[in-house]
Amino acid sequence: MKNTGEKIIEGALAFSGLITILTTLGIIWVLVSESFSFFQVVSVTDFLTDTEWTPLFTQKHYGILPLLTGTFLTTAIAILTAMPIGIAIAVYLSEYAPKNFRKSLKPALEVLAAVPTVVYGFFALTVVTPFLQNIIPDLGSFNALSAGLVMGIMIIPMISSLSEDALHALPKSLREASYGMGATRFQTAFKVAVPAASSGIIVSIILAVARAIGETMIVAIAAGQQPILTLDPRDAVETITAYIVQVSLGDVPHGSLAYKTIFAAGITLFIFTFVLNNISFWIKKKYQEKYD
Amino acid sequence: MKHIEANNVNAYYGENHVLKDISLTMKANTVTAFIGPSGCGKSTFLRCLNRMNDYIDSFRKEGDIFIEGKDIYDKKVRVEELRQKVGMVFQKPNPFPKTIFENVAYGLKIQGIKSKSVLEEAVEKSLKQAALWNEVKDSLHKSALSLSGGQQQRVCIARALAVEPSTLLMDEPASALDPISTAKIEDLIAELKENYTIVIVTHNMQQAARVSDKTAFFYMGNLIEYDKTKELFTNPKHERTENYITGRFG
Ligand SMILES: Nc1ncnc2c1ncn2[C@@H]1O[C@H](COP(=O)(O)OP(=O)(O)OP(=O)(O)O)[C@@H](O)[C@H]1O
Ligand SMILES: [Mg+2]
Repeated sequence: MKNTGEKIIEGALAFSGLITILTTLGIIWVLVSESFSFFQVVSVTDFLTDTEWTPLFTQKHYGILPLLTGTFLTTAIAILTAMPIGIAIAVYLSEYAPKNFRKSLKPALEVLAAVPTVVYGFFALTVVTPFLQNIIPDLGSFNALSAGLVMGIMIIPMISSLSEDALHALPKSLREASYGMGATRFQTAFKVAVPAASSGIIVSIILAVARAIGETMIVAIAAGQQPILTLDPRDAVETITAYIVQVSLGDVPHGSLAYKTIFAAGITLFIFTFVLNNISFWIKKKYQEKYD
Repeated sequence: MKHIEANNVNAYYGENHVLKDISLTMKANTVTAFIGPSGCGKSTFLRCLNRMNDYIDSFRKEGDIFIEGKDIYDKKVRVEELRQKVGMVFQKPNPFPKTIFENVAYGLKIQGIKSKSVLEEAVEKSLKQAALWNEVKDSLHKSALSLSGGQQQRVCIARALAVEPSTLLMDEPASALDPISTAKIEDLIAELKENYTIVIVTHNMQQAARVSDKTAFFYMGNLIEYDKTKELFTNPKHERTENYITGRFG
């Protein structure tokens, strides 16, 4: 028999769980219903194939592609920056660094993730872009490159920290096997440890991609707000998130079609991050218990 | 011919003095068993022979060890080269999460050997030596982790043999295995003796008696007795040895 105190605690815990689930369901409901009425006016084909996105202009076009390429471009730059650096840091920390150093450097790195993103945004706009303009003369003052690079710096700790966890969780016997065969540290790190921890490393990268896709402030500040279909990193671009901010802060009347575009854009974003999170969850589950 | 020679070896983990003035020699193409109670320093001494303790920060060693006449702790010795000559098999099977083929070919690949035919030949030869070929020849590209514990341990032995070491160090290689796999590995040791010098740590007296030519009994960091296996088991010179091998230990 449970006593009443325990029952109350159990109820309270279940209630907090319920709130989270209800909120999520609420968000999905709003996204779906608002985009549903959007798609009654704009066809899905137009939405997916039109190459212009100009819902706020007189000549209206509702093609999501420019926002997708903008999102893709900044995310790709961010991941290309963060992945090699993040994995290198993880390998250094788990395979080379002395124990004490590892213990202090890891939290220090994680501070990077605690910097408010608006600070990163201004850093990209006022420091990185002017600096890069010395090297790349025709770089616009708003551009995908600096926004992507700075976003990459922001997500380095995500990749390095999770990848380091994955490497650190490998049994010592695996490294000993490699050293025992006459392998160097470098060979042991890259031929044994990294492949053995690959599922964890891949998960860290996928989560970082999801984070980069959803990142808003940096791109809204430093990448510009021009939905142009381009893959040139020197150009200004607009990402899905930046567009949503732009409209939410503007004076678009509630209920108008322009207003509903943010839900159509939002659900697109939601689908991407949802799929990515599920992939990482699936990988984690599938490969988790390889070493008991 | 002296194959391994240790002179006055002392070893420490921090303040803990775990090997006390160990001197012994082992001949080529013999099997030497290390026995003794848990914590007496068998693994530590074994790991001195291929410098596996180098990575432990608190570890310190005094004294000299020669293998095939060379001081293995000499500054000029490349530890990677030493370990290619002095292979090791661990207590718990530790195959890489790679295919059987990749496991066995690993040592050659890290030496830069890329030729497919050379690798294939070496993998087949080593798996045959490890008495595993017939069981896995049709599944070389399956993950080594999908094998049974005994098979995994033989993959590890094949992996160690593939680089053709002169010496094989085995730290309780059969302790995690069932009797049938253990018997296979013991047979294997008897065969491998023709080409290798083998040092095996074991807690199993019968195993030591069955497989080894000489036996070393360690007790609290001291080498108490080192003799021909038959002699040590039938006619131990020290009381401690006698107590230990007869199971009267206290
Ligand atoms: N990495 C290490 N760091 C510190 N001390 C260690 C380490 N490895 C072993 N020791 C200590 O050294 C001593 C000898 O250990 P060793 O592993 O050589 O014993 P062993 O004879 O192999 O025992 P077992 O039969 O249990 O394997 C023990 O007291 C042990 O606590
Ligand atoms: Mg041991």
